[in-house]
Parts: sequence; structure tokens; C-alpha cells
Amino acid sequence: MKRQELQVAALENGTVIDHIPSSKLFQVISLLHLEELNSSATVGYNLKSKKMGQKSIIKIADKFFSDDEINQLSVVAPNVTLSTIRDYEVVEKKEVHMPEELIGIVRCDNHKCITNNEPMRTRFHFLGKERGTLQCHYCNREISLSDVKLV
Amino acid sequence: MENRSLVTIANHSRERIEYLIRMAQEFEKHRNRRLLEGRIVATLFFEPSTRTRLSFETAANRLGAKVIGFADPKVTSGTKGETLKDTIMMVSSYADIIVMRHYLEGAAQYASEVSPVPIVNAGDGANQHPSQTMLDLYTIYQTQGTLDNLDIYLVGDLKYGRTVHSLLTAMRHFSPTFHFIAPDELAMPEHYKMYCRQNGIKFVEHQDFDADTIAGADILYMTRVQRERFTDLDEYERVKDRYLLSRAMLSKAKPNMKILHPLPRVNEIEYSIDDTPYAYYFQQAQNGLYARQAILCDSLGITLDDIINDKISFK
Repeated sequence: MKRQELQVAALENGTVIDHIPSSKLFQVISLLHLEELNSSATVGYNLKSKKMGQKSIIKIADKFFSDDEINQLSVVAPNVTLSTIRDYEVVEKKEVHMPEELIGIVRCDNHKCITNNEPMRTRFHFLGKERGTLQCHYCNREISLSDVKLV
Repeated sequence: MENRSLVTIANHSRERIEYLIRMAQEFEKHRNRRLLEGRIVATLFFEPSTRTRLSFETAANRLGAKVIGFADPKVTSGTKGETLKDTIMMVSSYADIIVMRHYLEGAAQYASEVSPVPIVNAGDGANQHPSQTMLDLYTIYQTQGTLDNLDIYLVGDLKYGRTVHSLLTAMRHFSPTFHFIAPDELAMPEHYKMYCRQNGIKFVEHQDFDADTIAGADILYMTRVQRERFTDLDEYERVKDRYLLSRAMLSKAKPNMKILHPLPRVNEIEYSIDDTPYAYYFQQAQNGLYARQAILCDSLGITLDDIINDKISFK
């Protein structure tokens, strides 16, 4: 690879999260709890992308995610790709899939919902791609995926 | 322990609904029984609702239970900042079952998840009110002899009316035809119409509310068109009298037709209708007692067989 094309340094071992919409970068960081990380991470913001125009990327050294952890991202950035790197090689590529249930991630936009008035975790059911909505387990309010706000 | 709470009947099967109806029938035959003797029923009303509370407390008393609780949220610690969970944990250490009315939506579901004793939802905000739906279903069954293939007319506030939405969902097992009659601002929301289409429930929307329109009704379910629901008060003034049921409008009604109303009524059913055989809203309220007796028993693990075999307690 030519030197000028490499916008963020290569990774020896760890995870690369690519194709993050730049507007969602900080939500992705927060969902993965990267602020609690001890290993090094490189964040590329507003990089050029053929597919997206602009994108963001996160490279995290010596950190590997479970499918459950990764799928939490689907609420804010359903089209990100994850690459697992070992010894500078991509050994696995993953896409995120919306889990059937989201616990403690999404805020209910119904201010009369119990979850907004009681110290408790929220819980949402994914009603399928076609519908594109989440339903609050408690008050039954449906929220469109494009309007999702995180807790 | 199996959670026997009643939060919603939206997911109840046809068999489950019919089972609860059979239980209610037993209580209609004999309402005073000692099936819950020695038990304590707590009624927690975080939002006042006199009718529903009296109905549940009567049900508990007629089953021989003792009742504790509060009718006015001002007397509880919630106003001091206590969480719902803490209140539920405290009360569940005293009572065998908790009947709860709450102004927050989803409160009953949450309470049922944290409570060691069954929770009976007596209404959670605009969300669910399953005992009302149960008594509506029981009344329809009682007056028509079946729940199947009925023409049910819903009139008035179909947008915010929790009772009509719950009735719609609960009736999906019984191939009904629904008829919607409402002002534009209070029309049946699109997602309920979608629900009907997905579940094969037939529905017709009507513009007029007159003798010809309702001539095919088996059940005429009236609700109140409330002023505070309108954003445009001119619109309210225009439509407010269009959804009032007068005695003259019953001229073509079928002989089996019954008028239901969740009460309180204001003026949407002319008072002279009360004397006609079509009026059934007071019996409907009375059925609330039997439906709630069935719900309390079922949530406390008392079966239909227990009730049928109970020969001594009412003699």
C-alpha cells in the first residue's frame, strides 16, 4: 500500500471498526465504553471514503469484541464493518446485526414511560428491518431507528 | 415461582380469554364466596380512579379477602421521592397480591418484574387496562352468547381511547367486523388499522352517525369526545354534537344490539335510552365485578375447577 493512502497507522493485533458515519463516531465510542480502555486506540475522524464521502474509523490495539458487544452498535451505525487483526493480517470480518433485544442502550422518547421516571434499565424489542422500529418493552411506544437516542 | 401477574391481555390466547370468561360466569351465579379468605389484597392507586378501585375492592371483599392500600397518591412516599420499586417491595411483604393503578406507562410491567407477589394492572397511563377489556369481553359474550363474527361499532374518541384499542386487539381471535365512527381529529390511528390488516380483522370507517349506519350493529361501543383532546377548539365545537346517541337513532337497531360505554358518560348517550332494552352500560359496570373476581382468583392460582367445586363457601 502506498504510504500516502494510509490515513491511520496499521494495527498489529486488535480490532478495526470502519465505515462509521462521522456524525456517529462519538456515540460508537461511548457504546463500546472505549473511555474505560487501557490499551491504545487510534481514532480517525472525517477521513476520505470512496463509499461514504467522509467516514470515521477506530483502531483498537489488543481488544476483541464479542458479537453481543458489537451488535449494540447496530442502533447508531448499522453499516459499520469490523475487522479482527492478528499479526497485521485481517483474520475475520464482521458486520453488525440488530439484536432482538436492546437492554440499557436506547432511551424511550415517551416522557410518561416508567423508564424515564425510575432508576432502571431500558429494554427495547427490534420489530424487524421492514418496520425499522424499536418497541419499548414497558410502555409499548415504537421508535423509528432513525430517531433513536441513547441513554 | 411462575409469575401470575396480569399486565396486559394483548397476548392472551382465545382459550385463555374463554377460560377467564367461564370463571366470571361462575361469579355471576354466586358472587359471595370465601375463596380468598385469609388473603390480603393491596390496592395501590398512584392515580385516583374511584370506579376501578371500588370494583376491585368489592371483588376482593366478596371473595373474603382483606383489603389494604391507598386511593390517593398524595398519602404515599412516592411524593417524597420513593421509587416505585421500593413501594412495591414494601407492600409485597405485607400483601398476597397488588392491584395497581399508575399514571406512568409501563409501570405495571416493571412492577411485575420486581415484585415477588402477582401484580394486577388496573391501568398504567394511556397504555393498558386489562380488567376493563376483560369486562368488555365478558359483557359482549353475555349479551350475544358468543364472541365470534360480531359487528362491533366503536364511536367517539378512537384516537386516545385506551379501551377501544385494547378491545380491538383482544377481539382478533374472534373474526369480528369493526366499524369506526369518529371525528377526523380523533380517528382510529393508522397503526391500529395496520394491526387489523395484519391480523385479518375486517373494519369499515363511517362518516355518518345515524340510524342507517348503526342498523347492522351487534355492539355499539360509545366513548366520550373530550374537549381537551382537541388542538382546534373550533373543530371541537363543530363535531361535539355529532357523536351523541339519541333514542331516535335506535329505530332500525337489531333486537340483539347492546350499547356499551366504559363510563363515566356525560351526554353522549341520551338519558331516555337508559330505559330501552339496548342500554347495557350499567350491567357492563356490574360485570366488572365478576371479571375482577376472576382476575384476582386466577392471579392467586385459583383455578376454574376450584371455583366450580367450591360448594360450601357461598351457602
